[in-house]
Amino acid sequence: MHIPIETFSLPNGLSVVLSEDHTAPIVAVNLWYHVGSANERHGRTGFAHLFEHMLFQGSANVGANEHFELVQRAGGTLNGSTWLDRTNYYETVPSNQLELALWLEANRMGYLLPAMTQQKLDTQRDVVQNERRWSMDNQPYGTWWERLPALCFAPEHPFHHSLIGSMTDLDAASLDDIAQFFSTYYTPDNAVLSIAGDFDPVDARAMITRHFGAIERGAGKPPLADMTVLPTFGGAMREVVPDDVMLPRLFMAFRSPVYGTEEYYAASVCSAILGLKKGSRLYRSLVREMQVAAETTAFTYDLAKGSDLLVVDATARPDTPIERLEEAVGVELDRLIAEGVTADEVARAVTLIETDLVAALQSAGDRADRLSMFATYFGDPTLVNVQADRYRAVTPERVNAFARARLTRDNRASLVYVPREPVSVPLQNDLAMAGVP
Amino acid sequence: MTRLFPVRPLPHRRSRVIAPLVVVASLAACGPTVVTTSAPVVVAPPPASLDLGKPPTLASPPTLSVPLIVTRQLTNGLKLVVVEQHELPLADVLLEVRSGGEADPAGKPGVASMASSMLLEGTTRRTSLQIDDQQEFLGVSLRTGSGWELSTLALHTPTAQLDSALTLLADVALRPAFPPTDLDRVRKARLTALQQQRDRGPAIADRAFAAALYGNDNPYGRPLAGTEVSIASLTRDDLLRFYTTFYRPNNATLLVVGDVQPDDIERRVNVLFGAWTRGEIPAVATTVVNAPKGTTVILVDKPGAAQSSFRLGGIGAARNTADYYALQVLNTLLGGSFSSRLNQNLREVHGYTYGANSSFSYRRSAGPFIASAEVVSAKTDSALIQFTKELNAIRDTVPADELARAKRYLQLGLPERFETTTSIAGQLLPLLTYDIPLDFYNTAVQKIGAVTQADVQRVARQYIDPARLTLVVVGDRKSIEPGIRALNPGEIVIRDARDVLGAPPTP
Repeated sequence: MHIPIETFSLPNGLSVVLSEDHTAPIVAVNLWYHVGSANERHGRTGFAHLFEHMLFQGSANVGANEHFELVQRAGGTLNGSTWLDRTNYYETVPSNQLELALWLEANRMGYLLPAMTQQKLDTQRDVVQNERRWSMDNQPYGTWWERLPALCFAPEHPFHHSLIGSMTDLDAASLDDIAQFFSTYYTPDNAVLSIAGDFDPVDARAMITRHFGAIERGAGKPPLADMTVLPTFGGAMREVVPDDVMLPRLFMAFRSPVYGTEEYYAASVCSAILGLKKGSRLYRSLVREMQVAAETTAFTYDLAKGSDLLVVDATARPDTPIERLEEAVGVELDRLIAEGVTADEVARAVTLIETDLVAALQSAGDRADRLSMFATYFGDPTLVNVQADRYRAVTPERVNAFARARLTRDNRASLVYVPREPVSVPLQNDLAMAGVP
Repeated sequence: MTRLFPVRPLPHRRSRVIAPLVVVASLAACGPTVVTTSAPVVVAPPPASLDLGKPPTLASPPTLSVPLIVTRQLTNGLKLVVVEQHELPLADVLLEVRSGGEADPAGKPGVASMASSMLLEGTTRRTSLQIDDQQEFLGVSLRTGSGWELSTLALHTPTAQLDSALTLLADVALRPAFPPTDLDRVRKARLTALQQQRDRGPAIADRAFAAALYGNDNPYGRPLAGTEVSIASLTRDDLLRFYTTFYRPNNATLLVVGDVQPDDIERRVNVLFGAWTRGEIPAVATTVVNAPKGTTVILVDKPGAAQSSFRLGGIGAARNTADYYALQVLNTLLGGSFSSRLNQNLREVHGYTYGANSSFSYRRSAGPFIASAEVVSAKTDSALIQFTKELNAIRDTVPADELARAKRYLQLGLPERFETTTSIAGQLLPLLTYDIPLDFYNTAVQKIGAVTQADVQRVARQYIDPARLTLVVVGDRKSIEPGIRALNPGEIVIRDARDVLGAPPTP
């Protein structure tokens, strides 16, 4: 499949990507800012994400609840998200509402600060702290997505610290931080605006110029600390975490080639051979045959700088000790290194990945997001159209070369969750069962 | 349609401004116009001179253009519904069998769901491994699902593989073998998943709420996925009996959406499904439940929990209720969108939660109305006060502007629900399940528009009664019980995860 793509830039540096498709009378607007948790300063973990919440709290011309209300009143959907190295904002609206979406995005890019108040910051801090509880603290194994990067990247590395942030750092965030972060990173020359769906490109270009044209270019952002790391950890690492869970679970990470490189595609295919769906090696062996695992999967983080991570995730069966599970995963990894993969396995993996690539481009919202992603990371949104080719070019030899270089014992970081030891006999209920089935 | 178990954490975790559960408004069967005859939804004012300080004035909304639905029937009674959508060379095929957990045998919850899961675990022609392999080498996906009144086989395929994919679908649908060794393996996996529910406060809360509201005698009070006791004891014969009784062409519909032609599909389906034999489908009794007499609070202890899982509500409405649109508007106002009262209050004003929402589950009989949130433990009592306040306030007259906003949200959001082959199939499935005419979407915009303040107030008072709530709170009992008791919300029953889910199995 081939997506039509048109690009241009405004004099203030805003990159624009347009992709027309008139299948449904809707249009998606998607903005990527090239800033994420990696850009946070010491003592402000979680700030990039807290800031993302503040962007929904209005701007000079938009009232406190108005951003959501205007989009929802128009029948649109919207959200935003923060990741290690980027933040995005997006809405999908009926096609006649394109200018409303652009007006809202331009207003918060250009004129956010007059609307920021201490009360809004305090409330969103509470919301974000509840998001942390919801997604991590009150979620079985939930801390993995904070602990795994911390285990895999050294403390001074920009990917080491928590994306959602510590409660203490969130408490410390101030309105001054908001102003500084905004003027440094939320500038047109640090953003990509993509539009996909049912629109007229000539009209869209005029609207974009009208609403974004007067916003001033930024003064430049401070460089990130050096992201470069060696290809392997240089030794096996293992961290054990007791948690309120019934079953042990293993996350094993490997340093892996960064997103977008030729080696990345081999790594991605290797992860699919190991852990994508029921035909994968880990599922066949650990879940189906040995029945030591309840679930297994493998995936890559898709980090475009420093080092990517390939992760194997396996949950133990009720009667399987974690050591038995770790051993079984190790056997499969060693076997893959020693014996290599087959052409059939590569074909299966590439077919599955290709199907996912196509499915992910079916909706205008996802299409716009992919375009922003390729434009932000590589300056070239047309890369979306060559992904299938790059996967088809992967050979068993390239997968094997990746496995021999990166799945080795000196490149394994294991995060191991185990059930917390019971502290006492369970409480007897004084009113147990009364009146309720 | 419910998922058996929550989806595992995504590999690419991102922090979002809204939790996914808040984004999903409860609009299960509210979608765009099906036949291209509807008028523009709203006429916007003409373009005025531009002021960048104000929201732009906009052109008229586009007319909805949704492809035609073609319906056919095979001589054995199998209904065929085809929708053409030619954007990409893809097709979604849904085989819907109109029986599910409601038809589980007495004392054996989970039979319908296990029968459905086992369809992919071996046929008289293919082993379980071959079924997996064939899907993955073709790049097609075949999934099973079950609800209270339906079981589904869902195929997503590139049209280049349509022949092989349909052949595979027909094989698993018509010739499942329920191999004993595979049943043993799938049973163990199900038991493991059920055991893991104990880890999650929200999962415990969902179970406790359904059990408390409907009781064990009603199917809606029992878990679709079964219990550890029922799954451990069900037999291959149980599954076979369910399958041979209910998986019949006269009890099924095949829905095809995508880059296909109806005549071509009919020809292929006749070849593959024509020999499927009719059966007599036993009627499943619909059960009547009585509304609770007063408010009951079920406090489930989960020591150390960082948040309290709230589920509060009562008996809602059946899908065929005449109040459907009034309830949709009511719920949009109350907790069905980000701008709704519950989310504005508990999240945006008070910061007690990452998201608060509400929903009506429309089923063959009256499903539940549920308001829910995950609330920081220290604010459990404060959150209960705000929940109660909003459930009382929604019974008063809703301001005209707020009503208009909710109606526009529902009306203008319709086109997005018809964007992809998968979403189109998802919009049509409830119509098939609940015998709703397929031209349902023709009148949706108009009927939402006709809902009045009086309608909303009437259904609010009829379906939401703060004096007779079922309220479940799962959390750290030690720290939250005193605050709840001080509010004197009603009879308080203390339980723990074992009361709700049964004792964990001994190793």
